[in-house]
Amino acid sequence: MGMGFIQVALTLVIIMLLVKPVGTYMVKVFGQEKTWLDRIFGPGERLLYRLMGVRENEAMGWKKYVGAILASNFVMMLLLYLVLRLQGSLPLNPDGIGNMGAAQAFNTAASFITNTNWQSYSGENGLSYLSQLLAITFPMFTSAATGFALAIAFIRGLVGRQDNLGNFYVDLVRSITRIFLPLSFLVALFLVFQGIPQTFQGAVDVTTLEGAKQTITRGLIGSLEAIKHVGTNGGGWFGTNAAHPFENPTPLTNMVHIVCMMLLPTSLVYAFGLMIRNKKQGWAVFTAMGLIFLVMLSVIFVSEYRGVAALDAAGVHGNMEGKEVRFGISESALFTTVTTAATTGSVNNMHESLTPLGSIVPMAEMMLNNVFGGKGVGLLNGLLYLILSVFICGLMVGRTPEFLGKKIEGKEVKLAAIALLIHPFIILAPTALALATNAGTSSISNGGTHGLSEVLYAFTSGAANNGSAFAGLNANTDFYNIGIGLVMLFGRYISIIAMLAIAGSLAVKRVVPVTTGTLRTNTPLFTGILIMIILVIGALTFFPALALGPIAEHLAMPH
Amino acid sequence: MSTRKSLITKEIASQAVIDAFKKLNPAVMIKNPVMFIVEVGTVITLLLSISPDLFGADHVGRGYDVAVFLILLFTVLFGNFAEALAEGRGKAQADTLRRTKSETMAKVLLKDGTMKQVPSTQLKKGDIVRVDTGEIIPTDGEIIEGLASIDESAITGESAPVIKEAGGDFSSVTGGTRVASDYIIMKVMTDPGESFLDRMISLVEGAKRQKTPNEIALTTLLAVLTMIFIIVIITMVPMSKYLNVDLDIATLIALLVCLIPTTIGALLSAIGIAGMDRVTQFNVLAMSGKAVEAAGDIDTLILDKTGTITYGNRMAAEFTPVKGVTQQEITFVALQSSVKDETPEGRSIVELANKQGGVWANKEYDSAEIIEFTAETRMSGLDLPGGVKIRKGAVDAIKKYVSALGGVIPNDLEEIANRIARAGGTPLAVAAGNRIVGVIYLKDTVKPGLKERFAELRAMGIKTIMCTGDNPLTAATIALEAGVDDFIAEAKPEDKIAAIKKEQQEGKLVAMTGDGTNDAPALAQADVGLAMNSGTMAAKEAANMIDLDSDPTKLLSVVSIGKQLLITRGALTTFSIANDIAKYFAIIPAMFILAMPQLDAMNIMHLASPKSAILSALIFNAIIIPLLIPIAMKGVKYRSSTADSLLTRNVLLYGVGGVIVPFVGIKLIDLILHGLSLV
Repeated sequence: MGMGFIQVALTLVIIMLLVKPVGTYMVKVFGQEKTWLDRIFGPGERLLYRLMGVRENEAMGWKKYVGAILASNFVMMLLLYLVLRLQGSLPLNPDGIGNMGAAQAFNTAASFITNTNWQSYSGENGLSYLSQLLAITFPMFTSAATGFALAIAFIRGLVGRQDNLGNFYVDLVRSITRIFLPLSFLVALFLVFQGIPQTFQGAVDVTTLEGAKQTITRGLIGSLEAIKHVGTNGGGWFGTNAAHPFENPTPLTNMVHIVCMMLLPTSLVYAFGLMIRNKKQGWAVFTAMGLIFLVMLSVIFVSEYRGVAALDAAGVHGNMEGKEVRFGISESALFTTVTTAATTGSVNNMHESLTPLGSIVPMAEMMLNNVFGGKGVGLLNGLLYLILSVFICGLMVGRTPEFLGKKIEGKEVKLAAIALLIHPFIILAPTALALATNAGTSSISNGGTHGLSEVLYAFTSGAANNGSAFAGLNANTDFYNIGIGLVMLFGRYISIIAMLAIAGSLAVKRVVPVTTGTLRTNTPLFTGILIMIILVIGALTFFPALALGPIAEHLAMPH
Repeated sequence: MSTRKSLITKEIASQAVIDAFKKLNPAVMIKNPVMFIVEVGTVITLLLSISPDLFGADHVGRGYDVAVFLILLFTVLFGNFAEALAEGRGKAQADTLRRTKSETMAKVLLKDGTMKQVPSTQLKKGDIVRVDTGEIIPTDGEIIEGLASIDESAITGESAPVIKEAGGDFSSVTGGTRVASDYIIMKVMTDPGESFLDRMISLVEGAKRQKTPNEIALTTLLAVLTMIFIIVIITMVPMSKYLNVDLDIATLIALLVCLIPTTIGALLSAIGIAGMDRVTQFNVLAMSGKAVEAAGDIDTLILDKTGTITYGNRMAAEFTPVKGVTQQEITFVALQSSVKDETPEGRSIVELANKQGGVWANKEYDSAEIIEFTAETRMSGLDLPGGVKIRKGAVDAIKKYVSALGGVIPNDLEEIANRIARAGGTPLAVAAGNRIVGVIYLKDTVKPGLKERFAELRAMGIKTIMCTGDNPLTAATIALEAGVDDFIAEAKPEDKIAAIKKEQQEGKLVAMTGDGTNDAPALAQADVGLAMNSGTMAAKEAANMIDLDSDPTKLLSVVSIGKQLLITRGALTTFSIANDIAKYFAIIPAMFILAMPQLDAMNIMHLASPKSAILSALIFNAIIIPLLIPIAMKGVKYRSSTADSLLTRNVLLYGVGGVIVPFVGIKLIDLILHGLSLV
């Protein structure tokens, strides 16, 4: 446990050291001023703009920005769907994989365009190499970039003086060319060095030492792994994801994966502070998210080390079921906490096999959906709770609530309320529906409270655009393919529209000067209140479901 | 309306009980989404009480259904009662006002000079009416002839009559008030049904009450929380069915009602009405709740110096002789100059001279010729029978006057005058013949306690700006003495508007007080304009609040009330949401205890039985509403301090308190229920 603790602490320290430089770099990327970056990336980007027909300096109001997001995402989703449906007759298919069914293709297209990366297929025997490239790796870049652009646009609205959130296409292109591509390239090189395959050649048939015949699948895994974590995507080349030795061969790759997942979501919060010219505010939000993260990490860390009482009595200490021996308990616990905090969704251990208390952690983080969260979206969800906290606290100091000098009024509360409402709705309603119908229950592999957790986890993962699976549940049915597909789309786009509408509304508001009567939102006190409001509203919403799932399961275990 | 201070009378309370039942009408309830849901739950449990098997086999028994029904009914009634109680006070006031309004006959002067009796309700704008001693003024208007003392107690509650006269800023009269002496001829300024009294009645009655912006935002938030909990409760049914637990309807409704923010939902409109009412109790009429709320948001207060910050009547404080003149002489000449001066300044000079031992025989001056003050000469005085001309007036006016008579200007005159001006006073030079003897120091006194209030405002983040016609020197001194943050000297009405606009451009909300006609545009420009009732019709119409006592410092109290209104809403919302934690721990284990005995570990309050747990939580949820009515009506305690310290205090009190109180309350109720073997 002591060694495990040191490993975890070391990884977190590395992340913290990278937050400031990366955050500062991000601000430069999205800033309006000319920087040295323009000389390196400018020419290539301008070529892209010309190809896309984008006018670089065209400003977009919030409606136009949302329109651009929706239109571009719709076109891309259509492309993904077609590639998956027709992959059997398209090139780059060395293993002769057939076309994907309609429901599964819809689910997969929805999954990757929304940055969820929920996989109801197994990559090694469900996708051609072209699909892996065009339908998986390509949207891993664009969906992450879309999330980034969204967050940047929202921040511009917060500090803006007019309804000008920037240009979506420029933000999209810049985040790919200046952040995701260079970073992925570096990471991929390192991963290949660590032994991850990167080849266009198909599977190989080998004779093992025992003389048995075995088919070993391989492919362009290194490049996918890099963007998978840098872009908090999570969809693996293989069905078993980062538990597979070709995706995550060594403790070093494991650490790089973890650092990559946390790198941009954490740095973005710092960048937020820089962009609003209030670093303290950035750190206040960072602290709130960070403290919740640490609590979650501690819960899963301790519960997995404690393991199961009955087995403990039999001499088996700690819960190693579903975990890889090369990672052990601590690295598995950290990976689980990080992958659901940053809504990546890759796994290096089977979440179904976590102790019941431990399994609350990934679910809770996805239910809150703002413990750093995925690219951009996590920050936005955090700011959504911040707006609610500002509203309640603002009333308590006797002024119309304001954040960064902009008044939070009926319209903003209404829009924030929509974003707040949609998340529990698309988790709880489909879960209830699944549990009430045969189509839903027939996929469950374990009965009782654990079975409830399987379904709850699946829809939570979809709604939070996380993509990790509890496993156990057979999600490749029409019911779950379509159901989770819709949940992913609603989960992403409804809150995107609502949040950008808030940004548009705030952008045109008069800025109220700060006085001693103004509620300060960058103090430890406010951070504490923010944490309480995130936890209380989250807990109040999901407590009954969790009580019937993992909590009941935990309490039923012999002590 | 002098009875305003008495809070809740028996009649108001009993009327509120009746109204609480009347408000059960679903068409009324639906305006409050949270309580409407509770009412729907009440109806369903009523149906269950009548026919327990209505929605499938009943496992809990009719007694339990009836108990849940009754508690829910009381929850709704408590909420209605709170609202009715808050409205009741306004209604009682409106009734008093209506009695004043009872129809009177007015004497309309026709063009041919004859008089005609017309019922007051038929008076139109522009009619000329004569009102004699003892008669009620039929409607609002401006005096065009005459001077009378008017008894305004019907509206202001103040029994001392006020003087109103034609012309100037004190010419407006209000319908319903009474001419105490003399007579007036007035021009009707409003059409029937639009008079001040009519507006006042509809305001205090809350008939046209519109939800304020913050109230709308909060209602939205509460409605969404309610919707979330409805989703939570409905989805629990199939989830538990999957685990082979059948939840009964009454318990689900009980849980839902416990979770949705009923406490704040029930009290929300009462808080708003009571807030308006508190303003009314201060004898300030707010034209809308929005104005009161805006008062809480004020960043800048623009205050007139005269009347608001200082008493306005300048008093003599000192007589300063010029070189070569004795103190005795200046005192005597100053006294001479003012014996016939009936202005407050004049009287204060006589008073001060008497105090300093100046004696005079009134008779001596009976034959003196009085020289009145005119704006042109800017002097006044006496021509004594002996030929000596005594003058007092503005320093430069006297200088000019004396020079014209061939007199010499003393060297130290300028210095004395400047010293007085620097100290915030007004220097009046005094001359006997062509000789200047000295200077009277007129001092404007700052009202006591204002400095402390301005300091409080500063702590609250509110900037105060003093507006005065004085010169910059005088203004600076008074500003320092009063402790305002900024001042505008030699201010003309348009300067006031410019100052307001400048502040507003910086994004600030500005409040101001005013009474004169030339204040009207500024009152309209300000976000909160408080007009004095003594002021002109134009000022009153431009403002969004009217102070019936004509006390400009009231603005400070209105700001506090506005803040208190928001704080009360925020505090009770926090309390309401924080309560849910304990309720979960009471109800969730109780619901599943039979099917999943392991969940008893969550019964941390060790409640006696599942039924007792659910009913205790529900009873707590109901009785907390009447218990909090006093807070809703009076508003939470508000001290002016910084936002941070306010937040700390209220979060501890209503947030942390809101988590702890229900744990204690539910356990207590459970002990009582169990002790009495009710469950």
